[in-house]
Amino acid sequence: MSAPTRRSAEEIGSTPAGPRALPPLRPQRAVPAPDEVDTVLDSGLRVIAVRRAEVPMVEMRLRVPFADVSGVENSDHPAVAELLATTILSGTQRRSRVGIDDDLAGVGGEIGFAVDPERLAVSGHALAEGLDTLLEVLADLLLHATHPDDELARERERLVERIEMASAQPSIIARRALQERRYGTHPVTQEMPLPEDVTAVTADAVRALQAAALRPGGAVLVLVGDLDPSDAVRRVEAALADWTGGEAAGMPALPALTARDLLLVDRPGSVQSQLRLSAPAIGRTDPRYAALQLANLSLGGYFSSRLVENLREDKGYTYHASSSLELDPHGAALLVETDVASEVTAPALLEARYELGRLAVVPPTADEVESARRYLVGSLLISMTTQAGYASTVASLAAHGLSAAWIREHPARVEAVTVDEVAAAAAEFFAPIHFTGVVVADAARCADGLRALGGVEVP
Amino acid sequence: MTSSVTAPGRADSGLHRRVLDNGLRVLLVPDPAAPVVGVAVHVDVGFRSEPEGRTGFAHLFEHLMFQGSESLEKLAHFRHVQSSGGVFNGSTHQDYTNYFEVLPSAALERALFLEADRLRAPRLTQENLRNQVDVVKEEIRLNVLNRPYGGFPWILLPPVLYDTYPNAHNGYGDFTDLEQADLDDAAAFFDAYYAPGNAVLTVVGDLDPDEAATLVEKHFADIPARAVPARPSFAEPPPDGVRREDVVDANAPLPALALGHRLPDPDADLDAYLAHAVLASLLTDGEAARLTQRLVYGDALVTDISASCGLMGAPLDARDPDTFTVTAVHPASVEPDRIVDAVDDELATLAADGPDAEELRRVTARWASSLHREHDRLMSRMLALGAAELVQGRAELADELPGKIAAVTPAAVAAAAGSLRPDSRAILTITPGGDA
Repeated sequence: MSAPTRRSAEEIGSTPAGPRALPPLRPQRAVPAPDEVDTVLDSGLRVIAVRRAEVPMVEMRLRVPFADVSGVENSDHPAVAELLATTILSGTQRRSRVGIDDDLAGVGGEIGFAVDPERLAVSGHALAEGLDTLLEVLADLLLHATHPDDELARERERLVERIEMASAQPSIIARRALQERRYGTHPVTQEMPLPEDVTAVTADAVRALQAAALRPGGAVLVLVGDLDPSDAVRRVEAALADWTGGEAAGMPALPALTARDLLLVDRPGSVQSQLRLSAPAIGRTDPRYAALQLANLSLGGYFSSRLVENLREDKGYTYHASSSLELDPHGAALLVETDVASEVTAPALLEARYELGRLAVVPPTADEVESARRYLVGSLLISMTTQAGYASTVASLAAHGLSAAWIREHPARVEAVTVDEVAAAAAEFFAPIHFTGVVVADAARCADGLRALGGVEVP
Repeated sequence: MTSSVTAPGRADSGLHRRVLDNGLRVLLVPDPAAPVVGVAVHVDVGFRSEPEGRTGFAHLFEHLMFQGSESLEKLAHFRHVQSSGGVFNGSTHQDYTNYFEVLPSAALERALFLEADRLRAPRLTQENLRNQVDVVKEEIRLNVLNRPYGGFPWILLPPVLYDTYPNAHNGYGDFTDLEQADLDDAAAFFDAYYAPGNAVLTVVGDLDPDEAATLVEKHFADIPARAVPARPSFAEPPPDGVRREDVVDANAPLPALALGHRLPDPDADLDAYLAHAVLASLLTDGEAARLTQRLVYGDALVTDISASCGLMGAPLDARDPDTFTVTAVHPASVEPDRIVDAVDDELATLAADGPDAEELRRVTARWASSLHREHDRLMSRMLALGAAELVQGRAELADELPGKIAAVTPAAVAAAAGSLRPDSRAILTITPGGDA
């Protein structure tokens, strides 16, 4: 593709006018809070309805606490719960599986169920004119799902196949190993049941769990869209009038996260290694939370961070490196993650530990803090601009006992954090001595380097 | 030149179109719903245009465009977007590459500056090239080599269905090709394809169109015009038989299968193309869809099945030739041909009888709903408008899609089902090779 006029790379990179100055930011327009009703029904169900009428849709989120409180080790709860979330759409006393889907499709709607160690989560949406249909189908599923024997047998088979597929993903293997390393046998570690446990689940066990655990007390239903909030709450009240039965089961507090060597988990033949490091942190209601968020961003919470600039943009070890806060109803943990080429597993761990130590003792500069602050405030604004984003955010907050006001007030908290407060959070939470974690890698290729580095348990 | 269209549910979303003297096409779309703006550049080059021996180059080049430009040191682009409160990304498709950011509206001019600077004078250096080759290799390991079903079907199916290099090769690239890429390749690629006349700039959100037009002019107008490359045809005849290939996947726990068919040229017959999009929905979208009902629940032959109009999962993302795919993951005890036969049986039924009107209405309602949701997200709507302007020459198409989908007739769907002929297709099977 050479043409006579072709320029060199160097010629392309400069113009006669030379480099130009970055334009300043203009003043930012503020947005008024949307109309909202946040109330608790007699059943104990909290309902939050928000008017956001940009498109003629309504988004629905339901979060029901759904923890395993059996206290039994190797409980069948995770398997039964997973199958419940799968087969609840298989039919009700009034609708077949196809009938459910047809009624939802008729109003441009969809409903999905998912379960994790903390809760059962229902996500749905429909054209705004279909709100009643959406609520009516939801009520039918919550109250009258039948989990038919034949459908359940088929879904059980399929679920086993899906778990096998997921279990082959390096990210899932790493997640399982990390949960076990951090929390031992606590129910929080049971994010995906074992195939053999699923195979043993009966339809009666699923029906029994639905009857016993799917309760409105402590649950939250969020509706965001082209609706009148008070009217929407009345519709929820009418549609879910029969959903009663007391308190749902919240997750017990997690065991304290203790610092340990990382554990090497062998995955023979893998061409990439998963590094996962974790340490205790604090949740949204702690006064240090905003400072911790800014320290976390500076380390690896966004692209312009120390981890990404070192591991990816300088060393080329990885496509992504990140640091994040995992929140649970009782607290939080820090999680540093990266996937790197097998041959640089030990060097990448060295750099990750270096950046953790550096954050603790060479804290984020004023520029780093300001960049993280602008990003946190701006990305919060952007994430709340869609009905779906707004609904998910409010549902997550409400599941942890907070309201939409918390997120509206959060930018002011973020603006008020000082550079010293960020430094204090960095020193308190990011020192490498607080961390535990796992390395999933081909041990034959990586064990020697990790041994040389130390702080890694090599089986 | 200015024209206007109306998006569903948004009376105030006029679309303003301009062309700068250097040939850059500009779309300005006010959307005051939230105080945010989006800026996107779509360039008319994708992985189908990359030179032989340089597989993966279009994507590698996309990475290089983030590595700095005349006014911006390495890392400055990321830092300026994020420290303005914004998010950014880029992606490489068959026929185009996009670069974009969404930010609080206070940063509109800054975003235009950042995009203009790299379209004018990207900083292409040896050090950045080598670094990004390493990063791209890790991206490929993450998404393809170290996971089950990596590149299935978008990398693995085209070489079975197509003969020519542009259509058949791996757009992520072979490691040997990536390692051989040099700075001269990058300079030649930029000069050939990143001319302002070969790109579309889309600006959407909380903006005044006149003011935005002035800012666009200020930052982009002095990029010199360059020759716009002639767009080659990638046409090749449809397969004259059944082409089969088997690939062993060391990470896959279950076998899988993909059928590949040629789609009608959307440029020549948009209605026929869209009938295939509706057909894909009728086959596998939702629990009541025909193949889902029959193969997942009825015959229990597959774990999951999915039909897609377009190789990358979305309709109208590429020019002709493009691919209709049916992919399924199934237990080892099921012979792949039983699945193929069942698909053919359902297609024959649909070709003979067509869908019923109520079934079609439900598919249409779901399309409308998914389009509303897409439009609610400024980033999605911006990318859809920019891609439609570049690929189909009409941004309006992105907003008109639900109406056009609603107008698809049962007869057109029947014809689409009949066009997926059993004697002109690719069949790719994936065999698990674990424990090897």
